[in-house]
Amino acid sequence: MLLRRVVITGMGVISPFGRGVESLMAGLLEGRSGVVEVPALAEITGMRTRVAALATGVDPKEIPRKHRRSMSNMSVYATLACQEAAGQAGLGEAELGSGRLGVSIGSTTGSPQTMQEFFRDFNSDNSLERMKSTLFFHIMNHSCASNVAQALGITGRILAPAAACSTSCQAVGYAAEMIAAGRQDFMLCGGADEFHPLTSGTFDIINAASTAFNDAPSRTPRPFDRERDGIVCGEGSGILLLESLDSALERGAAILAEITGFATNSDPGSIANPNASAIARCMRLALADACLEPSRVDYLNAHATATEQGDIAECQAISQLFGSTVPVSSLKGHLGHAMAASGTLELAACVEMIRQGLLIPTLNLEHVDPLCAGVAHVQGITRRPVDTVLKNNFALGGVNSSIILRRYK
Amino acid sequence: MTDQQIVEKINSSLAEEFEYDLGEMSPETTLFEDMGLDSLDVVDLVIVLETAFGMKIREEEAIRKIRTLGDIHTFVIAKKRQTENA
Repeated sequence: MLLRRVVITGMGVISPFGRGVESLMAGLLEGRSGVVEVPALAEITGMRTRVAALATGVDPKEIPRKHRRSMSNMSVYATLACQEAAGQAGLGEAELGSGRLGVSIGSTTGSPQTMQEFFRDFNSDNSLERMKSTLFFHIMNHSCASNVAQALGITGRILAPAAACSTSCQAVGYAAEMIAAGRQDFMLCGGADEFHPLTSGTFDIINAASTAFNDAPSRTPRPFDRERDGIVCGEGSGILLLESLDSALERGAAILAEITGFATNSDPGSIANPNASAIARCMRLALADACLEPSRVDYLNAHATATEQGDIAECQAISQLFGSTVPVSSLKGHLGHAMAASGTLELAACVEMIRQGLLIPTLNLEHVDPLCAGVAHVQGITRRPVDTVLKNNFALGGVNSSIILRRYK
Repeated sequence: MTDQQIVEKINSSLAEEFEYDLGEMSPETTLFEDMGLDSLDVVDLVIVLETAFGMKIREEEAIRKIRTLGDIHTFVIAKKRQTENA
């Protein structure tokens, strides 16, 4: 149980629908797909998937060169998303530099694009003579967290969790725990990733990337659908500004939602394959953390990436805990899988679902796979009060994570 | 390559690398105060010049004394002439 109450007072995103939470919600509510054909993928030998969900509407030059020189795209996305979140929360230089505000932002790896550029040049003549001074700041594991802190003048704690697709869910959970324990009053938290063929290739070689819809990008990925054929990789950033309830009340800040529970666990059964029991255990731990019975959950935002095994395992776990009463959807159909950014992109949408009193359906879910039946799939925009949301994310490496959001009361 | 061509190549290379306005570049322009460069940028400045002119200057003592664009112009022109006469 969290010792101090933790609320969300700001959000920022970079998504395939462009800059900002407003653009994200417009895309989701209009049922648009952010997936596009990427011709460059067709030029890679052995790459079968040709689609991705690329971030749009970003001009890196908005960030002054002094800060931008140490950033790859993932840090640019994270920085712009943090600026939006801090702006919405009404935080200025004084709070950012107070030491009371920390950063918890992760990515799957350091910049794969910068790594590629460096090694392409390095391997040509085994020389370091052309290595730029800022290379390390692009490829270090805490690149996004540090670049955000540098650009925004943040002087508090820096944390850079890395657990692939569970990264940003963990980043939020650990940030909430830090605030609950009284170590920080504010945390900018979430994840960011930049698209690189290596990511698509990672899933392609294990037969977990979508390949059947290369000519019809908007029809994939298809979470829970019987025709689903795998992940579509994406990019972007999702950031939440968490704050202690006391601080938010004292400032008179608008409270968007509350974080009431978090859990993360390891599944040593397999480094690659998800397991329903381990997923169920993770969700149970999160419910216990929030002191909630499963029946109190109004909506479950699934990880569901449209892989054959992952979607089935998650449905089995949900069915085991919640039966077929809790509405379930995945936003991967709209957004693809933005890896380390996916958790907080989806959490931002969950906060808006609570605020707007509606549920967003799973895009491309036309015929539910019988093996994904047994849960209440949301298949159209559903207007209803939403007070409590459980959000899942699972990662290669056997890392599960669940967050519980609640309408602030 | 004439001295003027060398100066133009230096200025355009540095303007591109450091996103500085070519029109504001003069021999008196200081690297740290006017152009806002710092120690990391100076490392990259050397790489930019080495790449642009195909020469090695990283270990040159004279590099450490450079303060203005004019210092760079003088240094590179001298280095080029030295190479040509070698």
